Amino acid sequence: MERPLTQRIRPQTEPMNLAEYEDTGGYEAARKAVKTMTPQDVQRLVTDSTLRGRGGAGFATGLKWSFVPMGPNAPRPKYLVANADEMEPGTFKDRLLLEGDPHQMVESMVVTAYAIEAEVGYIFLRSEYTRAARLLHKAIAEARSRGYLGRNLFGSDFSFDLHLHTSAGRYICGEETALLNSLEGKRAIPRSKPPYPQAAGLWGKPTVVQNVETLYNVSHIVRHGVEWYRGLGHGHEGGTKLYGVSGNVKRPGAWELPMGTTIRTILEDYAGGMREGFSFRGLLPGGASTAFVTEAHLDLPMNFESLPRAGSRMGTGTMIVLDDRTCPVGFVRNLEHFFAQESCGWCTPCWEGLSWTERILDGLEEGRGRPEDLDLLAMHTRLIGPGRTFCALAPGAMDPLQSALKHFRADFERHIHERRCPWREQGETIGARG
Amino acid sequence: MLTDQVREEIEAELRRYPDKRAGCVEAMKVVQRHHGWVSDDSLKSLAHLLDMTCEELDGVATFYNLIFRKPVGRHVILLCDSISCWIKGCDALRGHVTSRSGIGMGQTSADGRFTLLPIVCLGACDHAPVMMIGDDLHEDLTAEKIDRILERYP
Ligand SMILES: Cc1cc2nc3c(=O)[nH]c(=O)nc-3n(C[C@H](O)[C@H](O)[C@H](O)COP(=O)(O)O)c2cc1C
Ligand code: SF4
Ligand code: FES
Repeated sequence: MERPLTQRIRPQTEPMNLAEYEDTGGYEAARKAVKTMTPQDVQRLVTDSTLRGRGGAGFATGLKWSFVPMGPNAPRPKYLVANADEMEPGTFKDRLLLEGDPHQMVESMVVTAYAIEAEVGYIFLRSEYTRAARLLHKAIAEARSRGYLGRNLFGSDFSFDLHLHTSAGRYICGEETALLNSLEGKRAIPRSKPPYPQAAGLWGKPTVVQNVETLYNVSHIVRHGVEWYRGLGHGHEGGTKLYGVSGNVKRPGAWELPMGTTIRTILEDYAGGMREGFSFRGLLPGGASTAFVTEAHLDLPMNFESLPRAGSRMGTGTMIVLDDRTCPVGFVRNLEHFFAQESCGWCTPCWEGLSWTERILDGLEEGRGRPEDLDLLAMHTRLIGPGRTFCALAPGAMDPLQSALKHFRADFERHIHERRCPWREQGETIGARG
Repeated sequence: MLTDQVREEIEAELRRYPDKRAGCVEAMKVVQRHHGWVSDDSLKSLAHLLDMTCEELDGVATFYNLIFRKPVGRHVILLCDSISCWIKGCDALRGHVTSRSGIGMGQTSADGRFTLLPIVCLGACDHAPVMMIGDDLHEDLTAEKIDRILERYP
């Protein structure tokens, strides 16, 4: 089974330096694109590859690039930004790539920048990824001293330089327009669209924001071609995907597998199934902002097309498992605490609504739940849903709640009837809010 | 009130951006690297250096969880309280750290050794529960492991 994105990763060792990376065919894709292809050729290849964004929304990458103004009359400079903010709870895939193979980040950005004729790139990295920051600094410096970044790459008239920007901790910075404000040194609140970043992004110039894993795919598509790439996946969607599992399973972890591998295969064959003494109740397929799926959906392929059939989304492809010894109400309460805290406060439905939801869930967990609370929660999932807020943080926050009310309703009701959390020992003191 | 070294490091950061304001987060982080936090005096000098008003810069500073506008201890403990770590018992570990260090969430110990803060998912959910101290990530935590780890930070 081919694992292009992770093939060079050597666990427990420093990642490959530039020479080692080149020995394994590194920078061939960049050389090939710049020397033998036009930017339009690269764009066409990526469109035909079926690559969709791996940051959560799954937007077609080639289509996104097609909105960038091209040619001598395009506004300049144009920017390429790698979104390495990765703060969605339960998501831990981009860290693996960045720490395991930083040169692949640099090369993929050179190839992508060439495709959209960008001359400046930023890697927007979350502050806590200190190891990734050190390794990326080194990779960028090595690439620059070898002439793979800077002026006239590979003897062409294409010039591209790349910078690392480390953030300071705020989930909303991962939203692409908030990220742009953050990079400009403003408070990281989202911008209204249109204009879309491809037309007017960083400092008003054309900008493409792309997830780390998405970018890593690009260099392989250029190096090996569309047929090869499409052949890697199961079904219509090509390529591989980094899938991950956390929670009470035997072997939590992340694996690069064919796109469209079933949930069951990932959960049972790779994560080893549930830990001794725990049984499966449900899972969030792709991070904190996706809806629960249950036993009935385990044979669905993990891809962008199939998860909506179970009322959910693939999101980032990193699953969080709920077991029978963990309280589903407490689970959702933890998530809503996160979303309420991380709301940027720009629009009222989100910043008022999310803290209200959090307070209702606190009440249920602490034995103060009332029967009407479940209707109130359901009302919130409608009022804070898609289209009612400035950005996707708030609707994303409602997905786990709405689906928990559907799949685990009896557990919510038990909290109300028993006036306590059934998962807590009687008399156990309730800690500070977690 | 910025030392020459801080100033030099900030100038190096600013070279990566077409305007000064864009480097403000990195600049505040340089100050934090040297002084632990961003005092009112440092903020004033920084704002001047970046051609921003103090209010603008403070508006950015207060937006971020990891820009400290109050003094912190020598070692900042960031304990993940997000979902995968919660499933694996981070609440109990918080209780343990609290009783070991004698400080609650958001507090700094009297000897200035530790500040304890919650943090959202550190992207190491497969090794939950996790925490960071300074630049170091500590994974698969247990109460005993935490005791040994804390000893390494005098
Ligand atoms: C609140 C919020 C946080 C987000 N965080 C991230 C993130 O950390 N990384 C990421 O790649 N995308 C994140 N996204 C999605 C981005 O807005 C954007 O869709 C993505 O970076 C585009 O890249 P892609 O097409 O390669 O997926 C977030 C979206 C929202 C609404
Ligand atoms: S939905 Fe929430 S996070 Fe998004 S803009 Fe509104 S307040 Fe900010
Ligand atoms: S939830 Fe704690 S590291 Fe992800």
